[in-house]
Amino acid sequence: MIRTAPRAAQYALRVTALTAALGLWQLLTSLDIDLWLRFSQFPTVADVAGAFAGRLSGPDYWTDLTDSLTRVLTGFLVAAVLGVAVGVLVARSRLAEDLLGPLLEVVRPIPAIALVPVAILLFPSDEEGIVFITFTAAFFPVLVSTRHAVRALTPVWEEAVRTMGGGRWRILGSVVLPGALPGIFGGLSIGIGVSWICVISAEMISGQYGVGYRTWQDYTVVDYPGVFVGMVTIGVLGRLTSAAVELLGRRLTRWLPRTSCVPGARVPRRTHQAPAPAAAGPTPAPAGPGPKEDLPHDQLV
Amino acid sequence: MTSSSDVLSPSRAGTRLTLYDAALGRPGALVLDQVDLDVAPGEILTVVGSSGCGKSTLLRTLAGLLPLLSGEITQDGRPLTGPSAERALVFQEDALLPWRTLRGNVELPLAIKALPRAERRTRAEAWLGRVGLAEHARCRPHHVSGGQRQRAQLARALAAGPRAVLMDEPFGALDAQTRAGMQDLLVEVLRGTGATVVFVTHDVDEALFLGDRVALLGAGRLIAVRDVPRPRERAAHDDPAHVALRREVLTSLGS
Repeated sequence: MIRTAPRAAQYALRVTALTAALGLWQLLTSLDIDLWLRFSQFPTVADVAGAFAGRLSGPDYWTDLTDSLTRVLTGFLVAAVLGVAVGVLVARSRLAEDLLGPLLEVVRPIPAIALVPVAILLFPSDEEGIVFITFTAAFFPVLVSTRHAVRALTPVWEEAVRTMGGGRWRILGSVVLPGALPGIFGGLSIGIGVSWICVISAEMISGQYGVGYRTWQDYTVVDYPGVFVGMVTIGVLGRLTSAAVELLGRRLTRWLPRTSCVPGARVPRRTHQAPAPAAAGPTPAPAGPGPKEDLPHDQLV
Repeated sequence: MTSSSDVLSPSRAGTRLTLYDAALGRPGALVLDQVDLDVAPGEILTVVGSSGCGKSTLLRTLAGLLPLLSGEITQDGRPLTGPSAERALVFQEDALLPWRTLRGNVELPLAIKALPRAERRTRAEAWLGRVGLAEHARCRPHHVSGGQRQRAQLARALAAGPRAVLMDEPFGALDAQTRAGMQDLLVEVLRGTGATVVFVTHDVDEALFLGDRVALLGAGRLIAVRDVPRPRERAAHDDPAHVALRREVLTSLGS
């Protein structure tokens, strides 16, 4: 009961802020304000909303959307699987570290989008090239965070399982993967954000269909409301996918100690979602209050 | 609890663990040298020594986690080459897997033994009941107290019926009262298992209460192994023989 009033106020505040921003935009553009920043060429909110409504009823919008989504998810899923596998391998095996380590360290600093020429040379079609770039973008954050998480595991967990007679695979399945999961999800959250950046950029350069391709097409034909429709679409898709990754992560790492559950003096670990808002970029605000709300509630329990 | 007796007590007796002229430690960091030690089947051997004297090293070596630098280690006369489910280890710190419930933790060694799921559950619950945690079976380790976590570790170590239980200051982090309760519980749950126990502690009174024999470590050597008069009797505390042994142990530890 205590929570309802502040919560309603909180939502009211958020809606007000958003409405005010849109109102300001509408005002600046409809009045064609030109004070160093030039809003005269800018589409108004109403223009964009109209264009959006038009697009939603057309066939291309949904094709673009599913194309981009398929590319992102394919690249991201392959990156998640390979990133975790290679990360575990490199963290657990000296040989793998020596063989793969130097190569990975040299390739890692290259921005995925700079690999467009490589992708064009390497793959028979643009489609695979775009997926490849998306994959590369997400692969390294996942790899690096998996490697760190596996190396940071408490050694007694592994020793305990070994003295129960557990072998290599048992240790992998019962200790390494579950124990590293919070760290892995940190990497996945960053990875999905970077994947979107790269899929849109790659589509702008070499795509056929896709939200990035459409946005760039609209720009070249001077359809500015269309460009904004594309931007809003990218924002919403990015937000939804990273929220899905975070939700899954929170579900799978329920066991993480929280402030409420710790009877002793153990310092509560921050939830692994912490780095995510930075990666999600466009919409960090809604992610913030979640843990803060939980805190007083959990402490009562 | 009629059926629980066969669930709880393993069929086999304790194991004999023997070290011959052994050098213990990590390569380049010798911790204990010239160790000759024979742990008899079914006995409780307590190991005391000041911190850093190699108690944990000895235990990890017996567990098979740490290979010998030189010398020989055998289990029932056969060379001991690595960790095995026959020798369970109980750690001082939290060694329960935090993402598993207490029952899930106790079920783990049974799963490694490839017992059917239903049997794992029955056994784990019987063991948790035996250490007084029946009501907490579905809690995660972070939700229960330190003493309860150590009881769960004990249940996990004993559930799979090991032939030896190696305990590394398992009650070291507990307050005095909880600790005394845990000692009684340990004596109670070990009864009938026949398992050999090597129990490391820095608490001389704990060592003299629990042990059939007590081994003294110091200065990189195994100093002595003494028989304990009237082990596991609280009343034996004032026994003259007990008092004399206590004085000897304290003197040899230099405290």
